[in-house]
Amino acid sequence: MKILIVDDEKDVEMLFRQKFRREIRNGSLELVFAFSGADALNILEETDPPKVVYVFSDINMPGMTGLELLEKIKTKFPQINVSMISAYGDSDNYNKALTSGAKGFFTKPIDFESLKKEIQSLMG
Amino acid sequence: MVLENIISIFILRYLQKRLPDAEAYLKWHKILKVGMLLAVTFIILGYSPIGSRVLIHGLSLALVGLIIYGVFKVPEFNQAKTIAYAVLPYLGLSLVSEVIDIISPSFYESIETLLDTAGFFAFLWAVALWYLSRKQKKALELERQKSEEREKEYRLTEKIKAQLEKEVAQRTQDLVKKKEALEKALNELKATQDQLILSEKMASLGELTAGIAHEIQNPLNFVNNFSEVSNELIQELREELKKDHTQRDKENEADLMEDIAQNLEKITYHGKRAEAIVKSMLQHSRKDNGKREPTDINKLADEYLRLSYHGLRAKDKSFNADFKLELDENLPILEVVPQDLGRVLLNLINNAFYAASEKKKLLEDEGEGKDFKPTVVVTTSLEQKGVKITVRDNGNGIPEEVKTKVFQPFFTTKPAGAGTGLGLSMSYDIITKGHGGDLSVISKPGEYSEFIIHLRQD
Ligand SMILES: [Mg+2]
Repeated sequence: MKILIVDDEKDVEMLFRQKFRREIRNGSLELVFAFSGADALNILEETDPPKVVYVFSDINMPGMTGLELLEKIKTKFPQINVSMISAYGDSDNYNKALTSGAKGFFTKPIDFESLKKEIQSLMG
Repeated sequence: MVLENIISIFILRYLQKRLPDAEAYLKWHKILKVGMLLAVTFIILGYSPIGSRVLIHGLSLALVGLIIYGVFKVPEFNQAKTIAYAVLPYLGLSLVSEVIDIISPSFYESIETLLDTAGFFAFLWAVALWYLSRKQKKALELERQKSEEREKEYRLTEKIKAQLEKEVAQRTQDLVKKKEALEKALNELKATQDQLILSEKMASLGELTAGIAHEIQNPLNFVNNFSEVSNELIQELREELKKDHTQRDKENEADLMEDIAQNLEKITYHGKRAEAIVKSMLQHSRKDNGKREPTDINKLADEYLRLSYHGLRAKDKSFNADFKLELDENLPILEVVPQDLGRVLLNLINNAFYAASEKKKLLEDEGEGKDFKPTVVVTTSLEQKGVKITVRDNGNGIPEEVKTKVFQPFFTTKPAGAGTGLGLSMSYDIITKGHGGDLSVISKPGEYSEFIIHLRQD
């Protein structure tokens, strides 16, 4: 299963790769990373249909915000699940995310246990 | 004989006029009147056939003689002395002629012509003396009048002088009062200015706080996450090490070790990142120590661009803008007051973000703006004699008529309460007065604004 993580903080990649070390090693999970909204869209458009089934995106990024990215993904690829990860867990962001079609909303610092559960529920 | 009496009357009349009317002089008035009555009587007797001509002449001479004696003896009558001197030769001559006539009428006849001539000269003497005395009197009178006038003038001048001195004193007092009032106002103004500078500082610190919180939260999350995941990795490594020698996955062990080492580096890196942010916040809020220190301008620009962006983002969730940093890697280290220059950058960048996002809002209100991306670009570049920093936004620009005013204190185009109107004027002071540099602006209304800082290297 291929998952895309979008965050302007590049160290997120290292963190996720270590957190999902086992899953990656046993081949049940493939992680790809993008450091901006535009990067993320490019990755999704690489193949048609995209191989990515789930996108986790930061909201606060220079350029395209996570919420803008969410809207774009939901119009172009409605089948892809999108969840938001933000340091600003206020109700404004939360409501906007859910009404735009986000599957979940995670706050930073990330609780990887609940994130793993979310991914596992999808892997079935 | 008539002349002697006329002289008597004349002198008496003269004395009478000048004698005060007071009670003490009543006696003298009476005496003068008796004298005049006598003189008139002698004149009448002189024309009448009654009495001896010689006797009357003698009495007349005696009367006038008595009067002249009085003139010299009585202090109140002294002023008639001149008249006395004038008539004395004539009276003396008259007395001598009479005596000679009585003693030897024949001798008298022989010298009558001589006596007449002498009489004529005596008369001339009297007239000349009278004329001179009159002239002298007039001159004296004139002199007196003049000196009186001078006195009057002097008194007037003194009066004016006194008045002037009074006025000058009054004015001086007024001026002193005004000066004191102005000094007080100036001091109050200075205090207010200090207060305003402080509140502007606090306001910008407030703007910073949200940005700082976000900027610190991110590295702290990494510190926590990386140490947590390192624990997991160590656990995994332990499990691996417990395994039997033949079953151990050496490659996996090496990977785990490598990851742990990298994580520790990341922990250090993000810990230092948080530390640097806290330091710069402390620097920003610190009271002016105003000390110049060697500063990496690129790092400062990067830091404050991020602080500004995250500060605005945290404050207004709808805010979004693109920002770019175009840094010249060859920049020299400059001696600047970092917290002051930081404040300037923060102010310029905040304004730029504000201008760009205002344009976006305006366009959205008109139903456009889908394709407009608010953008702020911060550049640094090396110049011949220093460093140039520019802050450019693609907002609606600054109208020509406003451009000259933007660096004036209290000038703001933001709605009431949104800005103190001091940011740019303080930035201007910091760059020009504080660093000997230059702050200017170029703009194309509707398209962009660019603030340019020139800092000299010396
Ligand atoms: Mg972010």
